[in-house]
This record gives sequence, C-alpha cells and structure tokens, in this order.
Amino acid sequence: MVLTQLGPLAAAIFSLVAIASLLLSFVMLGSHALRHYLYAFGAQSWLIAILSASVGYYANFPELYLIAILTFLFRGLLLPYLLLRIVRRLAVPREPIEILRPSSSLVIGALSVVFALAVAHNISVELNLADTIAVLALTVMLSMKLIGFLILAARQEAVSQILGLLILENGIFLGSQILVPGMPLLLEVVILFDLLIVVVCFGVLVRYLMANAGTTSSRELRRLVG
Amino acid sequence: MLSLALMTVLAPAAAILLIGVIRQPRFAEFVNLAAAAISFLSALLLPLLTAVRGPHVFWGGAITVDRLGAWVQLCTSIVYLLSSIYAVGYMRMLGEEERLPRFYALFAGFGLTTLVGPMMNNPGLYWIAIELTTLVSTFLVAFERASEAIEAGWKYIIVVSGGISLALLGTVLSYWNGSFVLGPRYDMTWASLARAAPHIDPMLALLSFLLVLIGFGTKVGLAPMHTWLPDAHSEGPAPVSAMLSGALLNTAMIGIVRYLSLADRAGVGQVSHNVLIALGVFSLFVAALFIVRQEGVKRLMAYSSVEHMGVIALGFGFGGPFGIAGALYHMLNHSLNKSLMFFGAGNVMRSYGTKEISRIREVGLRFPVMGALWLAGAVAITGAPPFGLFQAEFSTLRGGLAVGDIVPVIVMAVLLIVIFIGFLNHFRLMYYESVVPHPVEPKALGAWCVVPMWCALVPLLLLGFWWPNALWNYFDTIAHVLGNTQ
Repeated sequence: MVLTQLGPLAAAIFSLVAIASLLLSFVMLGSHALRHYLYAFGAQSWLIAILSASVGYYANFPELYLIAILTFLFRGLLLPYLLLRIVRRLAVPREPIEILRPSSSLVIGALSVVFALAVAHNISVELNLADTIAVLALTVMLSMKLIGFLILAARQEAVSQILGLLILENGIFLGSQILVPGMPLLLEVVILFDLLIVVVCFGVLVRYLMANAGTTSSRELRRLVG
Repeated sequence: MLSLALMTVLAPAAAILLIGVIRQPRFAEFVNLAAAAISFLSALLLPLLTAVRGPHVFWGGAITVDRLGAWVQLCTSIVYLLSSIYAVGYMRMLGEEERLPRFYALFAGFGLTTLVGPMMNNPGLYWIAIELTTLVSTFLVAFERASEAIEAGWKYIIVVSGGISLALLGTVLSYWNGSFVLGPRYDMTWASLARAAPHIDPMLALLSFLLVLIGFGTKVGLAPMHTWLPDAHSEGPAPVSAMLSGALLNTAMIGIVRYLSLADRAGVGQVSHNVLIALGVFSLFVAALFIVRQEGVKRLMAYSSVEHMGVIALGFGFGGPFGIAGALYHMLNHSLNKSLMFFGAGNVMRSYGTKEISRIREVGLRFPVMGALWLAGAVAITGAPPFGLFQAEFSTLRGGLAVGDIVPVIVMAVLLIVIFIGFLNHFRLMYYESVVPHPVEPKALGAWCVVPMWCALVPLLLLGFWWPNALWNYFDTIAHVLGNTQ
C-alpha cells in the first residue's frame, strides 16, 4: 500500500501541495474579478502537476511524469488561455450581482472544509488509514467538490460557472493522484483531453449565449420554468 | 461478434466522416439514415448472438459485449433509426438547409456516443462516453439558436456536467476501494471491481455507489436531479428529443445498474436498493405534479420521461427476476413509445406553429391518421393495455410485491393512475375540445413524419400482446448475472 509507506518528506510535500491548492480554491471563492479566478485556477493546475510528478517520484509510478507534463500543458496553460479568451470577449471584468457576498462564501467554504474533514476522518478510521495522508487527500478532494458546487450555485457569470466545474474536476484529479496513483494511464489522459473538449464546447456556447440570448448571466436565463 | 458490435458504432462514425467531406444536405440525410439502418441491423443480431455465445470481452478487456449492454444497444439503435427517418421530414420543415450537414454529423455523433457507452468495459471510459454524449447533444439541443434553445443547452451542460463529476468521484473511490484487495495497480474493469467487491470496505462502497447514483442519476433524469431534462427535451428539435429520451437515458441507466450489482456484492445492497427505490418514487411524484398542470406539449412528454425513468429505477430497485425483467422490457417499450410521442408532438408543434397545449385543438379532425397514431401512443405511454408498457409496468409491480416492498408498490400504482388521468386529460383537450377563438390553421405533414410513427406503434402493440419467451429467459439470465435475486 502506497499511502502507509511514504517517508516524512514525501508526506510533507504532498500535504503542502494539497493544502495550497485548497487555499487557491478559496482565492476563487473570495474574489470577484474574473481574471483572478483564472490565475488561481492556472496556479492550482500547476500545483497538481507538481503533485503528480512528486507522487511519481516518491511512490515510484514513472507514468505519472507524463501525466504531470500533460497536466501542466493542458490544465496549466491551454485551459487558462482558452478561458482568458472567453473572458476578453465577454467584456464583463467582474461578477456583477452577487447572490452571496465573498465574505459569506468564504465562511460557507470553511464550513464545507470542516464537513469534508469529518467525512474523510470517518472513512479513514474505517479503512485503518487515520494517520496517513489519505485523510488530507480525501478532505481536499471533498471540500474542493463542495466549493466547486458553491461557486456553481452562487455565481451567475458563464465563466464563473465553467470555473466551478473545473474546480470540481481539479479536486477529483488531485485526490486521485494521491489515493489511486496506479489508475490506468489511458483513463487519465482521456480525462485530460475530455476537459479540453469541455472547455471548447463551453466557449462556443458562451458565444451563442452572447449572440442569441444577449446575456451570459444565468440570472437572466430564466425563461424556461415549470 | 466483435465485428457485429463494432459495426453498430463504426457505421455512425463513418457517417460523420462522410458528412464532413461532402457537405450536401440531401447526402447527409441519406448517409445518416444508412448508418442508422446498419447500426440497427447489427444491434438487432447482437442480443441473439450474445444469448447463444455468452458474454465476451475483446481488445484486452477494453470492450465488453454482454447481455445487458447488447440489450441497451438494441434499444438505442431502434431510437436512432426511427429518429433518423423522422429527422428527414422534420428538419426539412425548419428551413435550415445549409446547416443540415452539421446537424446530421452531430446527430450521428450522438448516436455513436450513446451506442459506445454500453460497450465500455472500463467504468472510467464508460464515464467518458456519457460525458461525451452530453457535449454532443448540447449542440443539438441548442441547434435552433432561439434564445430559449441556447438557455436550455447551457442549463443542460452545466447541470449534467456538475452532476456527472460526482459519478467520476464515485468511480475513483470505487477503484481506490478495490486497490486494498487487488493491489495499487490493476485493470479497471467491471469484472475486476466485481471480483474485489466481496472483500472491500462496505462503507466506502456505499459512499461510491451513492455518488455514482447521484451522478448518473442526473443524466438519467431521476428527480430531484431532473431539472435540465424538461428544458433540453422541449427546446431541442423533435428527433433530438426522441434520442435524448429514448436512447440517452437508457445508456446512463446501465451505469447505475452495473454499480448497483457491485454494491450488492459488497454487502450494501439493501440500502442501495432502497435509495434507488426512493429516487424512483420521488421521480414519479414530481412527474405526476408537473404532468397534471403542464402547458407545453413537449414539456409534457419530457415529464413523462422523468416518470418512466422513475419506473425503470423502481424495477431495478426492487430487483429479482420480475423487477429486472420489467425494467428491461420497459426500456425497450419506452424507447419505442417515447419516440412515437415526440414525433407526434413535433408534428403537431410544427403544423400548428405553437408548443402550447391550449392552442392545439382538434388534432383528430385535422390529421386523421397521424392523430390516431399519436392518440394510441398516448394511451400506450400511460401504461394502458394492450400495449407493451402495461406488461412492463405490471411485471415491475409484481417484482415489488415479490420482494415485499408493499408501500412503494402502492404509491407507484396510485401515482401511475394520477399520471394516466392527467396525461390523457391533455389529449382530451387537444382532440375533443372545441376550437379556441383564433384557431391556427395547421400545415400539412409529409410521409417522412408519419411513417416512423407507424414503425414505433406496430411493434409496441405486438409487444403488448406477446412477450416472447426467449426474452424472458434473456432477462432472467441478466438478473442472475447482476446477482440481484435478493
């Protein structure tokens, strides 16, 4: 079992990277300038690439180096670039109306981390992994999930919603690097490409939204009810 | 067998390429139709062959052809063929000639991704296939470019992508759970997860199942995750609505069923089944509420899909030979019947130029043949005899009684009756209510729009009178393989 055989240095690096990426999702939660979301997302993806590489090194999964490079290129460079293009086209520099103010969303985000920690702790006790990095990996995975959904629910700009979805994916990807580094390579590569297609599709849809619906805010998309 | 399975997906793949090369509207129509016909013929033989030779995996375990998958592929390819025929007539009415090749390329792509899903032996790749169906069909939903259509497309992709990411989390956790038994590196297949299942941690297994259920349940349209469904179904062109409802929902349901069987093996079957039953009942309840007070004709059909997915979920939730046979038979009949209903709704919508039930009147007088087919379909979809869905729902109810789930069975029966009354009341208004002050003069319909309705209704009637014994045995084997004989 990989998780129980880690040296202290490796465990420290993994924890540091995981916690730093969690903090970056709080940056996204707390700011309302669309550009800041993008920078935070890009940085988060770089951290995940670093994590993949270090898991590959310390736990001896050489194929993770490839994943690290692809993550860096796709998630770290290409996706933020594509999103930046969408943001530029939008001419909406910041989230206009807020359902939830940044400060309140930070508090809710913190609560969801506490909840995630409780769940993660229970699972790890059940699996006899309570003293390992599994607790942290699960916590980060679940809380990024919750934060992603929080962003999806509380933000209305199209780009913010795309980023919410990407945080969901980042959380899973980050957790899976630590928990299941042996996951088939094919799958991880396909998921990376899939993300790329997702973002391209979103880009096209955003263009449709602007041209045909005249808005990219979900607050004004409320014609279909009942 | 492999070649047959591949044929079902290679035909639409080839169609996409051909349409990409030669961008001619008529040519695109023809190629897509031909691909659908080839898919259908191969998928028709596939269950037969699987029943004789048993399940197989190919390509180093990447592709599986088993009874359950072959069955869903058959249902999917039927809808793909019927809606391809219908699309020829319907899409010509839209007057979007120059964009038709793109439509058919996307349509074939939608057929391709829904047919690929059941063949995937790797749960992760299955997840990807489902994700791809969303991406392709979003553009089909938004095809008409009206602001409502774009809104529906946006809502669809956001809600479903968000939901389905939970299924990915469930998949990762399942793999993690298996790694305690099979070691950190192992092939991710349904079979290997099933092998590990009896020894894995039950709590984590339950958590993974619930995540997967919510995730794929979003795609299936189980309430309360169904919010995208009425919008997407009502705003897309009618052939797309038929595909969404008759093909896509089944393909997503198969994922839930496969994970349910894993949960059974892991010893958390009782809770998992109960949660599935609860979601099924809630879907029926929500559908009943919205069907009774519905104002849009296509939204009516969409909520009926929520209802039927609820019934299928109940069938698998009850389990046992009757429950599973009922659910699988329901899939086929629902695919046929819902295609018929969406074709009728599309015809009516186009010829009256409105989606509002209150402005559609005297359908039976204006369209004697098409009207009769649609009305028969409406009777069939509410589960009345002598049509196939009656048999399927009856078997599901028996399945529920057999395992002693009395309360859900009673609630299901009551809600089905409510839906029967509510649904047919709308049809009473559309057929027999006198004309509104400013009647719309309906336009005539071509043969392309009516023939597929015949093709759906005749087998539906046949399946109502005659549930072949061979199918019983086929379903029974599936029930055994799933291990749901509680």
